[in-house]
Amino acid sequence: MKIEFEHRQAAHCESGVTSNLLSISSGGKITEPLAFGIGAGLFFAYIPFIKVNNGPAIAFRTFPGYIFKRTAKSLGIPIISKKFRSKEKAEAYLMECLNNGDPVGCQVGVYYLPYFPKEYRFHFNAHNLIVYGMEGNNYLVSDPIMDSTNVMSSYELERVRFAKGALAPNGLIYYPKKGAVITDEVMKQAIKNGIKKNVYNMLSIPGRFAGISGIKHTGNKIKKWRDKLGIETSKLYLAQMVRMQEEIGTGGGGFRYIYGAFLQEAEAYLPGNQLAEYSVMFTKAGDMWRNAAVHAAGIYKGRIGSQEDFNIMGDYLLEIAEVEKQAFETLKKIKWQ
Amino acid sequence: MKKEEIPQDVSALGKITKEVCYATDSDGKYNAELSSGWDVKITALDVAWEEIQKRIAKAKQQVLAHKASPLLFFMEYRLMDAAILAGYTGFWQWQIKRHLKPGVFSKLSDKQLQKYAEAFNIEVGDLKTMTVHED
Repeated sequence: MKIEFEHRQAAHCESGVTSNLLSISSGGKITEPLAFGIGAGLFFAYIPFIKVNNGPAIAFRTFPGYIFKRTAKSLGIPIISKKFRSKEKAEAYLMECLNNGDPVGCQVGVYYLPYFPKEYRFHFNAHNLIVYGMEGNNYLVSDPIMDSTNVMSSYELERVRFAKGALAPNGLIYYPKKGAVITDEVMKQAIKNGIKKNVYNMLSIPGRFAGISGIKHTGNKIKKWRDKLGIETSKLYLAQMVRMQEEIGTGGGGFRYIYGAFLQEAEAYLPGNQLAEYSVMFTKAGDMWRNAAVHAAGIYKGRIGSQEDFNIMGDYLLEIAEVEKQAFETLKKIKWQ
Repeated sequence: MKKEEIPQDVSALGKITKEVCYATDSDGKYNAELSSGWDVKITALDVAWEEIQKRIAKAKQQVLAHKASPLLFFMEYRLMDAAILAGYTGFWQWQIKRHLKPGVFSKLSDKQLQKYAEAFNIEVGDLKTMTVHED
């Protein structure tokens, strides 16, 4: 059994899954950048108390699951999402959805994901893919990171849906209900809400670990890494930061570029608000993250590594914080036309 | 990032699929483009794996010196800490820590060993002998 479904490759798994799942209910209106922006995907968080591969967790986008939920909610599309204790029930429910003709999003861990190259397999559990049918005993899988679709056996899919560790998916399955009508008016409102939510998350979220203050905090921390952790551990931390910044498919401060693309597409729905013009600020931020990554690579390759080099590294983040702060303050001041 | 600046270094992923990224054209307009990988990312991944290889080698030495059970080797090999392994096996973390002692490990039942073998995606025989098959 195979459901009518169009696989479209995307830069990021969750915004890709969201736009692909909503493309049917939205008549193709929801592109990846629109899903990312409406879902207020841009973020920064330094989470010192969660260790990933023995280094600090640093996130460059919003929490897993939020992009889909926020985007669907803003567009007035009812969604169904379920977690499971029992693997059998999780598979039975998946079959039921497929039998009803619903392609579904699944949260999975990438460690045992069979089509991923070995080098990319870590215990990262917030990956997303779409299951859109079955052929024999194999599930048809659309992973937005990949250029084409894949098949997975029932056991392989069960294993990644019930991956263990931080952010364990517990078989999470989610999909939009059919029949919602998305008018241009709804789109306009959703875009505005998405921007407002993202402005809040970056400028006003409490605490020093998240948003703009999180970027500053991390920049200042980095300057102390060399003394505090020693050069070898600092290298590992920086390599980890770059890996999290880039993830798969977001090459080069990529989330900032997706946001820039979002503002350009949003312009068509909300002309007269200079959104396309403001997108340039996010391009600049993305380029700066990219330059920072090049500098970090110099350190973890061992080409440079003095305290001065760590100071420069920290300053990159402080400068980025300033640019992103200005960008979001500009968005905050928009008098919507 | 301008379209012509998109890195095209070939990563491990790049051999299987190109990655989508957003870049601007000559008019400054964003489009989805393809990249086969970026040297900066490739090296970051290499650094992570070099560290993992060191940890695996160290674990192997400890097992051979009878300072740890083969569990330690496979935990490093599968990048699992006690919390992740507890999730996969259903053992408590304190139990896993006990099983890291060679003496305790040698007394584990087949059923208990089977749980570990399943978590590591290996055979019980390989678990005891630290044999790995590339997958």
